[in-house]
Parts: sequence; C-alpha cells; structure tokens
Amino acid sequence: MDTKKRTRKEEQFGDTSKMKHGWILTLIFSVLAVIFISPIFIVLMNSFKQKSFINLQPFSLPKGDTFVKFENYARGLEQTGFFDAFKNSLIITVLSVALIILCTSMCAWYIARVNSKGTNFLYTLCLFSMIVPFQMVMFTLSKVADMLGLTTPLGIVIVYLGFGAGLSVFMFVGFVKSIPLEIEEAAMIDGCNPLQTYFQVVFPILKPTCITVAILQAMWVWNDYLLPYLVLDITEYKTIPIAIQYLKGGYGSVDWGAMMAMLVLAIIPIVIFYMACQKHIIKGVIAGAVKG
Amino acid sequence: MNHSIKKYFPIFVLPTLAAFVIGFIVPFILGIYLSFCKFTTVTDAKFVGIENFVKIFGDKTFLHSIWFTALFTVVSVVTINLLAFIVAMLLTKGFKGTNIFRTVFFMPNLIGGIVLGYIWQIILNGVLAHFGVTLQYSATYGFWGLIILMNWQQIGYMMIIYIAGIQNIPTELIEAAKIDGATSWQTLKNVTLPMVMPSITICTFLTLTNGFKLFDQNLALTGGGPSHQSEMMALNIFDTFYTKIGYEGVGQAKAVIFFILVALIAFVQLRATRSKEVQQ
Repeated sequence: MDTKKRTRKEEQFGDTSKMKHGWILTLIFSVLAVIFISPIFIVLMNSFKQKSFINLQPFSLPKGDTFVKFENYARGLEQTGFFDAFKNSLIITVLSVALIILCTSMCAWYIARVNSKGTNFLYTLCLFSMIVPFQMVMFTLSKVADMLGLTTPLGIVIVYLGFGAGLSVFMFVGFVKSIPLEIEEAAMIDGCNPLQTYFQVVFPILKPTCITVAILQAMWVWNDYLLPYLVLDITEYKTIPIAIQYLKGGYGSVDWGAMMAMLVLAIIPIVIFYMACQKHIIKGVIAGAVKG
Repeated sequence: MNHSIKKYFPIFVLPTLAAFVIGFIVPFILGIYLSFCKFTTVTDAKFVGIENFVKIFGDKTFLHSIWFTALFTVVSVVTINLLAFIVAMLLTKGFKGTNIFRTVFFMPNLIGGIVLGYIWQIILNGVLAHFGVTLQYSATYGFWGLIILMNWQQIGYMMIIYIAGIQNIPTELIEAAKIDGATSWQTLKNVTLPMVMPSITICTFLTLTNGFKLFDQNLALTGGGPSHQSEMMALNIFDTFYTKIGYEGVGQAKAVIFFILVALIAFVQLRATRSKEVQQ
C-alpha cells in the first residue's frame, strides 16, 4: 500500500491526518458504500410496488400502475400481526437482557471471589456451553420449556438467561478478576454485607462490561428465530423473525408485496437503535471480541 | 471475606444456576441420552443403542450437507476475512469520510438472519431472472448466494475488529521497518500481520463458527432447495426432527455429531492460531 507516501508527522497522528491522494479513496469508497447499502433501498422501493411486479422487475422504480402506496403495508400488517410481534420482541429482548445482566454479573462475582471446586466447575461448564450449537439441545430444550410452562414471553426470558449465561458469565468473570480486591475488602471492613458491597461498590465498576454484554445479548435475542419458534406457543405469541417467516407459509406462493413491507418495518427499529447507540455498539463488539 | 460471601450463594448464584440447569444442562444431558433412543416425545423414549448413528450413514442428504457446510465455511472464512482486512487497512489510512464508511459497512450486521435471507432472495432472483433461472434452479446458485449474503452481513463486524487491531500497532514499529528499508509488502507481511494476529485469531474463529452453525439465512434464502441440495447441517438436523415423523432419534444423533464437529473445530482452531500470536 502507499504508506510510504505519508510524511512522518502524518504517521504520528494516524487517521486524523489527510493523505495525498485521499480524495481518490474517498471517491472509490463512496461508490462502494452506495452499492453496499443498496439492497436496503431496493427492498424499500419494492415495498411500494404492486406484488406481481416485485418478482419480475425488482430493480425498476414503482411508477404508474405498479405504484400501490401503502397497500402492501396494510396487507402485511394484517397477515402477520406485526405490531403484536414487535411488542413481543421488545418485551422479550428488554427483559432477557436485563435479567441476564443482573443475574450473571452477580453469579460471575461470586465465582471470581469464592474460589472453590464448585465455582470452578460451574465456570468450566459455562465455557463449555459456549461451544455447544443450539441444534444439540433444541428438541429437548423445547420439551423441557413446555413441561415447565415457559412458553410465554415471560417464560422464555428464563430460557434465555439459561442459554445465554455461558458467554455473559465468562465475560463478567474476566472483568471482575481485574478489579483490585482491596476496594471490596475496605467496603466489607466498613460493615457492608456482600449484597451491599456488590451493589454499591462492584456493580458500578462493572458498568462498561454490562454495556458490552447487553449489546451482544440484545443483538442475539432480538434477531433470534429458532429458539422462540420452538419454545414459544406461536399460535399466541410471535416475534418479528417468526412473523416474517410466517409470511412464507406452507407451499403456497409468497406475497412478496407484504414481505417487502414487513422487511422494511423490521429494519427500521434496527437502524434507529444503531443510530442511537452506534458508539456503544462498536465498542461492545470490540470488547466482546477481545474477551471472546 | 470468602466465608461471608459464601452464605449468599442463594442470592448470587442460584437464579443463574437454576436457569442454566433448565436452559442448558438438562437439555444437553437428555439430548445425549436421546441420541441412543427411539422416541417421538421425551417420555416415550426406548433405548436402541447406536442404531440412530448407523442410520445416519445411509442418509445421503446429511452426508451431502456435511460436505456443503464444510465447503461453505472454508469459502466464507477466506472471503470475509480477506475483504474485511483489506477494507480495514484502507479505512485506517485517514482519508475523508472513513467514519461514515465504517458506519455503513457495519450496519447489515445488526439485521437478523431471516430478514437478510429474504432481502437477498429478492435481489438474487432478480439478477438470475435475466438468465432465466432462480435460486432454486441449482445448489450452486444457493451456495454463492449464501456466500454473498454472509459477506454482506459479516464484513463490517470483522472490519471493526481488524481496525481495532491495526490501530493498536505502535507507529514506531512501522517507522522502524521503513527506516530499515522494508517495502510496503515486507512491512505488511513482517510487521502488520504478526501484530494483528490476535484479531485474525478472533475473526477466523468467529467466521468459522458462524459459517458452520448457519441456520436462519439458509432457511430464508433457499430453504435448502432444490431438494436438500443447498441444505447445511443445522437445517438438515431441523428438517429431520420436524418434517420426518419417526426420525427424531436420528435427528438427535445428527445433532450430537454436529456438536462434536463444532467443538473439534473450536478446539483445533484456537490451538493453531494462539501459537502464532506475538507477545506485545
């Protein structure tokens, strides 16, 4: 590459400096970025097109008789019950992530501070669970959840805590071990019991790791298809991925108009979430990757 | 201190432990046991020894899915990491707009597999329509369709990790190499690559397991068609469980084999690349 062309001063300041023929790269990357993001706009464009034209001419603009305003949206919302699905997805994601953060961080602190055979074994099991693919447990897990009555949005939260515990405990233990013991000892000597020590001293220090874990788990739970499909009673409760897959239905032809409209509605919350917490997401990904 | 914390076991550990037992340990052990049984639900299981495992070897769709998955994983690991690394190298050069480009390239990663599958189904079918075929015409189209889809989804994620790795390299090292007369290629090969080895380890590991365990995208893009030809292992296992009545035991046995393969890959891969890392 042309790092040679950069002067010494530019190298010291890395990416903030401008390079000589930088505008060429800017131009190339602008074109690439537009191509890269175009699939989303193609879907958006098709969501306003009459359904029989989508499959035939996915790249032409809706115009004249192929433009149907919000008809696809109306039909899609009716067929999928999208708003209910959105509500379920939101409830499940928020509660699961909150519970995972609270419970696994407490568990991880205990594992890190109480060094016994039992805690070591539990930690090893958590590491082990991270490499087990979902297909290994999907059938038995759905039966166990069924027997215990965990087939509602509230019940599935317990399942997510259980299946998501491995990664979270692993990440929290790694971070807790880097906190100096003296801080906690001082709190204990001042008369705090472990619960007070944890919530007043340890938990605030854990905040950056909490954000990382929350981002990673939220991305997983929100987009997860198979686990809720098998665990939830889907005649009653659908999540967004289930609602979209439901449009495909059996062997009949797919209503691509409704499909495009629902894809747009599924992407919008993600884009908003991304715009709002972009910094945290990027940091979370890096921190998560370094630990994982 | 140790002792006083121990008394709080029920508050600190029990909730997670209970959920972990329900959500992982019991299903896992039961899963191992059921792979040696004939059953339709958990309660009517009859022990049949290794019969299920023997049946797998007569199942051509499963053997094909192993091959398909392996090939897909190799191609996707190479393409995603190569492209992500090149993009990361260029985006750390400091030209105008790099932050916006990073934002754009990362975005598809947040979209779920099912949604991704349908987005690409409409686009790829639109392109293939010019040649009078569809994704369902041949598994080759399904294969490359999945490769394009996974690249689109994961390049941004891996790029972020590579950028973090590249920015961690002390500038003195690059400078020293240049003063010693190293060419750009030599600097890349002898300084940059060894220094970002931890990132390469992580990204290879992530893309490898993501590729191997792929399910949602496979289901939504081709559904395994035509006739199981573009089916990956995870989807094949799902199909065996839920579309073939009386084959639950075989499905579970396939799942056990799938688990062993995933575990093996994770282990070997971590071993192999950890040994190449440079101490900083």
